[in-house]
Amino acid sequence: MEALLESLGLAQSLELLSLTPPGWGGNLLRGLVHSLQIALGAFGFGLIIGLFGAYGKLYGGPVTRDLLAIYTTVMRAVPELVLILILYYVGTDLINQAAQAMGYGRVEISGVVAGIWVLGIVQGAYATEVLRGAIQAVPSGQIEAARSFGMPPFKLMRRVTIPAMMSFATPGLANLWLIATKDTALLAIVGFSELTLETRQAAASTRAYFTFFLAAGALYLIVTLCSGVVFGRIEKWARRGQPSLKGASR
Amino acid sequence: MMNWRALMQPHRIVLMALFAAFVIWCALSLRWDWIPTYAPLALEGLWRTIWLLVVTTVLGFLLAIPLGLAQAIGPWYLSVPARVFCTIIRGTPILLQIWLLYYGLGSLFPQVPWIRGSELWPYLRQAWPYAVLALTLSYAGYEGEIMRGAFASVKKGQLEAAQSFGMPRFTMFRRIWLPQAIRSVLPTLGGETILQLKATPLVATITVVEIYAVSSRVRADTFVVYEPLLLLALIYLIIAGLISLLFRHIELQVPAR
Repeated sequence: MEALLESLGLAQSLELLSLTPPGWGGNLLRGLVHSLQIALGAFGFGLIIGLFGAYGKLYGGPVTRDLLAIYTTVMRAVPELVLILILYYVGTDLINQAAQAMGYGRVEISGVVAGIWVLGIVQGAYATEVLRGAIQAVPSGQIEAARSFGMPPFKLMRRVTIPAMMSFATPGLANLWLIATKDTALLAIVGFSELTLETRQAAASTRAYFTFFLAAGALYLIVTLCSGVVFGRIEKWARRGQPSLKGASR
Repeated sequence: MMNWRALMQPHRIVLMALFAAFVIWCALSLRWDWIPTYAPLALEGLWRTIWLLVVTTVLGFLLAIPLGLAQAIGPWYLSVPARVFCTIIRGTPILLQIWLLYYGLGSLFPQVPWIRGSELWPYLRQAWPYAVLALTLSYAGYEGEIMRGAFASVKKGQLEAAQSFGMPRFTMFRRIWLPQAIRSVLPTLGGETILQLKATPLVATITVVEIYAVSSRVRADTFVVYEPLLLLALIYLIIAGLISLLFRHIELQVPAR
């Protein structure tokens, strides 16, 4: 095994990627954990925004609807990088002003929290559209039936709308999750030490650019492929009891 | 389409008035004195952004056609590499792809003597070829996946009809298969192009001076934080709006089925 690696010239790369300090593998994995934390948080935050946004867009008053339309349009038309910078500065400014008003000094915001806040707001816009479409796809008779039995709105959402829309929403949400994991890389530009930035630092200090960028690419690819499998399971679960779509789509 | 009557509802008038007040407040109380100094550079940056967008979408689309075709009907030795390529492009962040090409290839090329001696070397020392390559490959990866579905969605009977008239295979592809595939991807093409627009600022990290890089320079030089970013967001909004208008126009040219 070792002789084979030696002959392929991979031994050096493996040494660079080893998990203990002379190698940079540990840093890469730490970056991956940060990336996943940010992606999970942002996805969750985005889902919450998206749920409220979708309800606001469908059932809200005219003002709410217009404001939400502006929110989703702007967030989806302006590059994430620009939004990240704006939201990052706005967020830190607001928190610092609040802290100073309450008599504290300047607050340092952790990269993970800032990343979740920034990406969550961007994700919220996409989630709003996905969930709105999914809610609209639920046959309106089901919701009307629940209403006619006097089910309170929150219970209706929990017991009827959300379970019924899950199968329509999962493909879009899976896509959103992949966007979330890939968008965490943008936080490298703002200086959060997630996977892409850790990779770049490792590559710059060892000059082994290909080794590290390919390794990071493989890590991202593993994450996306595994998520594909997981979301496939979730979709299958959400579709249980529904007629198979395989025959219909062909 | 939004007409005047829809725009003239009371709450919309109030919202527009509030927005106008916000714009006036921005114009009066924020700092805009840096604009004249940086306007020529900004125009150059804007031009480079649009150039990158157009060149990479056109090249990427041309590359996406064989990628989609290979996945739709190709033999396994063509379809498997095409599928792997699309999966890799779609599964990794584009920032990582740009850095891999720029830093990776950029550090590899100088070690090869014949590349250093070649006539391409003056170009390969600059950043923009790597930016164009990375953005093109990314667009091709995303679009290739869409084109696969589009090629598969063209009805078999159409192709069989063409075959039964003795149409040569390439003519059949050019006259029947490709136009219908493109027609069916038109609605998603606009969205993909806006996504590509949103990917262009990333090339600023490899020293290509486009509009985002200009705004970063303004921020670094003058310590004005919000104003360049707001203006930049507005510029991207306008470009995205123009793209969607353009694609709506193209879609209207195509007869609906």
